Amino acid sequence: MPSAAGRAPRARARDAKPPRVGILALQGDVVLHERALAACGATSVRVTLPEHLTGLDALVLPGGESTTMLRLLDSSGLRAPLERALRTLPVLGTCAGLILLARQADALPRPPLGVLDIDARRNGYGRQVHSFTDDVQLTVSGESVEGVFIRAPRITRRGRGVQVIATHEGEVVGVRQGRAVAIAFHPELTADTRTHAWFLRDVAGCLS
Amino acid sequence: MKRTSSRDGARKSGSNGDGKRVRDLSGEDQFRLKVGLAEMLKGGVIMDVMNVEQAEIAQEAGAAAVMALERIPSRIRATGGVARMSDPSMIVAIQRAVDVPVMAKCRIGHIVEAQILEALEIDFIDESEVLTPADEANHVWKHDFKAPFVCGCRDLGEALRRIGEGAAMIRTKGEAGTGNVVEAVRHMRTVVAHMRKLTTLTADELMAEAKHLGAPFELVRQVARTGALPVPNFAAGGVATPADAALMMKLGAEAVFVGSGIFEVGDAARPKEARKEQSRMARAIVQAVAHWDRPDLLKDISTGLPQAMRGISLESIPEGELLAKRGW
Repeated sequence: MPSAAGRAPRARARDAKPPRVGILALQGDVVLHERALAACGATSVRVTLPEHLTGLDALVLPGGESTTMLRLLDSSGLRAPLERALRTLPVLGTCAGLILLARQADALPRPPLGVLDIDARRNGYGRQVHSFTDDVQLTVSGESVEGVFIRAPRITRRGRGVQVIATHEGEVVGVRQGRAVAIAFHPELTADTRTHAWFLRDVAGCLS
Repeated sequence: MKRTSSRDGARKSGSNGDGKRVRDLSGEDQFRLKVGLAEMLKGGVIMDVMNVEQAEIAQEAGAAAVMALERIPSRIRATGGVARMSDPSMIVAIQRAVDVPVMAKCRIGHIVEAQILEALEIDFIDESEVLTPADEANHVWKHDFKAPFVCGCRDLGEALRRIGEGAAMIRTKGEAGTGNVVEAVRHMRTVVAHMRKLTTLTADELMAEAKHLGAPFELVRQVARTGALPVPNFAAGGVATPADAALMMKLGAEAVFVGSGIFEVGDAARPKEARKEQSRMARAIVQAVAHWDRPDLLKDISTGLPQAMRGISLESIPEGELLAKRGW
């Protein structure tokens, strides 16, 4: 065993092991989230069935198509176990993940998971030719990051307990409520891992 | 549907109405946005649909995107003649009916059909060998467009030539409209094997290999370094069953196009029954792509399905009618 001498004392015993982060992997840009999590020092687990939900420190709902994911949550028997897991697990949703976490979004075949007290409008900026990349302000850290918006949703309503974590041209594009974080853009499409690191450290508390 | 029309109204004010959404982006940023959408489609099924009703069935079944075209490949094959871009009115009707991305096909090298599709705000343009080529020498210079393009390939050289021209997604050509997966398998194995070979070559061997492939040298170098295409690599052409779709994922595809394999299912004389069967097949293929590496689940997904499209053997198609030979 290598000596731990000289290192700062550990805050929690589980810091010894890298955090285990589940990524809902029914459809979407799972691989890009895996890359971002690995760069933060986390281990990721692909979640496609209920049995993959055990032993996780946090969960990521990736970008992709929300109707596809909702359909597959039902057919794979994952919806109820996922809803249960989300009562305690910290979660980060990007784009389609934001829609899944919302209370309500337009034109979905079935209701989203309702973890966050927000409503969302799908494809809020229009079709793909209106997709864009621009500076986004992370209000939690005062930093600016690149926001890649791909057929991105817009947040149309925010409940009282919902904190703003990111804005673009004054519009709210990222929110947090307790352990749940949702952003309309895709940090996983850039090499910048600050958003993932912030989530693991400050929200999930599983990264020191 | 009432819901559709009200939503459409809301969307207009959100995207076009505020006048801020037209941004001047660098070519590099533009390309990242195009590849970004392709990334979002990974693990999904893109379904060919010929009308609004089929588009709704596809979306409800969990399609990650739909491809709007007047005749699915099997019918193009059957009716013959020149196959062209679909009428914009059918494309627009499908765009209004669904919220998933809508793709449409232009003929190889038909710059103006591509421009029309872009003006329709189509989410992905398929410069497709399924339609009759408009140019036998040149493909569309896809970097000029804001709309992303997907192109077919039979081998790595063809894939890298299309990426060089600006394709943001590559798919195998397979042999569309046959319900026979053999060509898609051949093309995917050829691409993947060649990428693996590139990773074993030394720097001084790469230029000769680029010459041999007929592919842009910088892209050859990139593949040699990463072992993967610089854009998502999907499968298409002849996928007819959930097992076919899972097979393509196992061979390295990152998502699957299903053309004739869904809406050729069922007896057209009994439309209500046929729709149910098409919907079941569509749902099963979506599940198979999500769980492609779980034979225990694929067993259940494949059980009791409606009969897949009849299909045709490759040997029975005259050489001149092979769609995969179009483009280079």
